[in-house]
Amino acid sequence: MLKEDCASELKVFSFFSHLARSLPLPSNMNRPRIDLIMFVVNLHSKYSLRNVEESLRHVDATFFLGKVGFLATGAGRESHCSVHRSTVVRLARTYRSPLLFCDPEVDGFRVPVAQRLVRMLQICAGHVPGVSALNLLSLLRSSENPTLEDL
Amino acid sequence: MDSYDTRGSTPRHSASSRLKDYFIGATPLQKRLESVRKQTSFIPTPPRRKIPQCSRLQEDNDPQKVAFLLHKQWTLYSLTPLYKFSYTNLKEYSRLLSAFIAAEKQKGLAVEVGEDFNIKVTFSTLLGMKGTQRDSEAFLVQILSKSQLPSENREHKVLWTGWFCCIFGDSLLETVSEDFTCVPLFLANGAETNTAIVGTWFQKTFDCYFSPLAINAFNLSWMAAMWTACKMDQYMAATEFLWSVPCSPQSLDISYAIHPEDAKALWDSVHKTPGEVTQEEVDLFMDCLYSHFHRHFKIHLSATRLVRVSTSVASAHTDGKIKILCHKYLIGVLAYLTELAIFQID
Repeated sequence: MLKEDCASELKVFSFFSHLARSLPLPSNMNRPRIDLIMFVVNLHSKYSLRNVEESLRHVDATFFLGKVGFLATGAGRESHCSVHRSTVVRLARTYRSPLLFCDPEVDGFRVPVAQRLVRMLQICAGHVPGVSALNLLSLLRSSENPTLEDL
Repeated sequence: MDSYDTRGSTPRHSASSRLKDYFIGATPLQKRLESVRKQTSFIPTPPRRKIPQCSRLQEDNDPQKVAFLLHKQWTLYSLTPLYKFSYTNLKEYSRLLSAFIAAEKQKGLAVEVGEDFNIKVTFSTLLGMKGTQRDSEAFLVQILSKSQLPSENREHKVLWTGWFCCIFGDSLLETVSEDFTCVPLFLANGAETNTAIVGTWFQKTFDCYFSPLAINAFNLSWMAAMWTACKMDQYMAATEFLWSVPCSPQSLDISYAIHPEDAKALWDSVHKTPGEVTQEEVDLFMDCLYSHFHRHFKIHLSATRLVRVSTSVASAHTDGKIKILCHKYLIGVLAYLTELAIFQID
């Protein structure tokens, strides 16, 4: 569902999104350059967190300069959460990457998140003049609440 | 990965340096107040909690008095502080509540054919059910039916029981003024209609708000670890877990029972710091169970939702139902539940 929203936002450029359960991707395929990797963590399932942690080890270090993000789903249904929100916040902070929260089932929520993702993707792919992925990363980090760093 | 970032001495951005200097020197309470004011809801999980000790209750009371609290299933609610509640007016409150219940029942909301409407309500304090001296006294509300027939003895049948308590509720007590009484945890046993009526009366009289307290899988696994860690002389029941697998059309339930001594042995091998339980130990304990299950059944339990935990100390269900089985650890169990209730109120 998120994929369709993203596709509808990007009208001019061709947009490929590849969904994978875990990394590394099989190496025997030709695929276009990867501009952005979003790790989706389902807060209802510890298994998805473990999977993401495993997959992170296979990502090349250069991606972490702005081309990696985390998307946490399921935070809305607190009673179903088996992963604490702060665990995911700490994970994102450890890898110095932005963290977004999204509940794909909630309609009003999906479209803004899709717009944000598409904007991030455009910047990471170099389609926005004057802003690079690294610029975006430092912009996002300095807008974080300073108390988070000090706690 | 679970260690907190240490406050480094590296130079910070100059833009908000004054603000940051304020935070570096602030006490933890000031920091928390600041973050609440700034509407950030980042509350870190406490990395460690105390194992419930076999603590004596504040005043020495015999187990008989609180025996009626054990082995019953209680539904949990969190309750905001009560305004202008006084422990000296309990008789007055019982009178008012009986009148309210009688009026509600006569309205036809809860008509049961054949039952007489002679209801008696009692309010009483439960002595000794508190963690520290500062905690408010726990009190009990019971709805009893008065028997009309003179031939039966004067014993009243208990129709509904509800009790309010506050165990180690310091973090809430600090934030409220004198007029409020903090009893954030409410436990009810009996018909839902009665719970609703009593709840409405309390909400109208004391300007408070009840909300059902659900226990998520994260907290259930903490409970499993803490209760397994409790030292027991004899185990009355096996340690059981119940997971719900989300799949269509109907969800599957997976039940996993372990001999309690094996569970304790597993916990002892994981446990490092005496007297405390840490997040890593809880995760390791649960991971051992998951990997054992995976080895035999090739099912990843970590992808399912933990719904029920049952040990010899107590059993808890994610819908907010609890049954306490052991008198020794009653206060410890209630302390954790109070913490969850306060977290929900905040």
